[in-house]
Amino acid sequence: MSKKSQKFEGDPKTTGHEWDGIEEFDNPMPRWWLWTFYATIIWGVLYTIAYPAWPLVNSATAGILGWSTRGDVAAEIASVEEANAPVNAKLEAAELVAIADDTELNTYAVSAGSAVFKTWCAQCHGSGAAGAKGYPNLLDDDWLWGGSVEDIHATVAHGIRNEDSDEARYSEMPAFGRDELLEKEEISQVVNYVMSLSGEPQDASKVEAGSVVFADNCASCHMEDGTGDRAQGAPNLADAIWLYGGDYATLTETVSNSRYGVMPAWNTRLTEAQIRAVSAYVHQLGGGE
Amino acid sequence: MAILDKHKILETNATLLLICSFLVVTIGGLVQIAPLFYLENTIEEVEGMRPYTPLELAGREVYIREGCYVCHSQMIRPMRDEVERYGHYSLAAESMYDRPFQWGSKRTGPDLARVGGRYSDDWHVDHLRDPQAVVPESVMPKYGFLEDKKIDGKYIGDIMATNALLGTPYSEDMIETAQADFRAQADPDSDYDGLLERYGDKVNVRNFDGQPGVSEADALIAYLQMLGTLVDFSTFTPDASR
Repeated sequence: MSKKSQKFEGDPKTTGHEWDGIEEFDNPMPRWWLWTFYATIIWGVLYTIAYPAWPLVNSATAGILGWSTRGDVAAEIASVEEANAPVNAKLEAAELVAIADDTELNTYAVSAGSAVFKTWCAQCHGSGAAGAKGYPNLLDDDWLWGGSVEDIHATVAHGIRNEDSDEARYSEMPAFGRDELLEKEEISQVVNYVMSLSGEPQDASKVEAGSVVFADNCASCHMEDGTGDRAQGAPNLADAIWLYGGDYATLTETVSNSRYGVMPAWNTRLTEAQIRAVSAYVHQLGGGE
Repeated sequence: MAILDKHKILETNATLLLICSFLVVTIGGLVQIAPLFYLENTIEEVEGMRPYTPLELAGREVYIREGCYVCHSQMIRPMRDEVERYGHYSLAAESMYDRPFQWGSKRTGPDLARVGGRYSDDWHVDHLRDPQAVVPESVMPKYGFLEDKKIDGKYIGDIMATNALLGTPYSEDMIETAQADFRAQADPDSDYDGLLERYGDKVNVRNFDGQPGVSEADALIAYLQMLGTLVDFSTFTPDASR
């Protein structure tokens, strides 16, 4: 079957390989391809000289450019910090209440604070700061520990009920049911009374008895009229705004077992300028005082 | 060249070609991988790294079983945006007791390499139960069943012994007291002095899920609350040559 292949005048030479009568022309590579190939080899060699590359006995060659991933990120962070240093210094030096009056500083603080908020606070308080069950809404004017920019700053810096900061805000409502401070019936009465402060009680006949239980057990922190006391972190119970819920079942659970929400102290993780920025941001969301 | 003229031997002998190809690939692999085992700047020493406590190790098993690594990485890369969002870039030493490591390769959720201490235990419980209750835009599934599943740490000593076999410095004492340490870490009313003595004062001893007994949620939260908190960065000076 095999037939000697035909050859013509002017055909390039063959490589000398022959498989089943098929021969291979020895055509040269295209010049552009060949030179690109040589260039990549030269580039590769120069690259290993310029950048960290060859492993030796204890370490690898560092490269004559002295570049390193860690050096790169450190330099980039340093350059941003340097660029922001003057305005951060101004922010740290300013009186907290005066930040809002300085348009330029306030613009910086609010946008920097917005970035801090989205990185560190949004997971609990929500990306729009509307909070969730157990995590306070920061858009309204109902504050547990105070809504002035100084109060917000103190809360952000030291947190609530944590072990990171000695100055953490701390309040501890007794677990009236679990620790058997009140009878089941008394809890039911006081829950109905609390519901009556801001709306309809579940069982109106218990409200009057509940007011007595409230005056004896709750009024010292939540005040006689139930409007709360920010100095003690005691929530206002008369405004129909609830952190955990204002229905009968949830309030019974709250009175019986109490609630101890925790917020970390951010002064261990954020700079003073960042804390001031995020305080300014939260303060201008709508409920700042 | 004489040696190049012999390529016909390789081209006509498939087994020999396979063996020689394998040799070439092996050399390539060795050049890339082997130096990482002896170069000083890839195994830098840091202060604070310790083997995981029995409860944390159990949490790690839950983490692996539930496939958390499929959506969460544990590797903060040395880039400004990552360092500013998650904290100091990860060090090789921080996954030295991870077998297998949990660096992951995909971030549907955020990186967890430094999630420890960032949220409260209550937040973790709320979030595992119903992620959308605290992060409405999240696509994470619910893991509430973890807190219903009680575990007794019966086999945790065996897992530690296996890790010790692979080089994790668990002492015989640690392996013997594994189950007691396992229970002690989730119970702040227990006698946990021995646990702190063996694993350091920084170990978190809390009732992580807020319920009596040790559940898988306790173990997982103990593990998460430890992540990224071990290395003492106040004594760490980065070696710039990498």
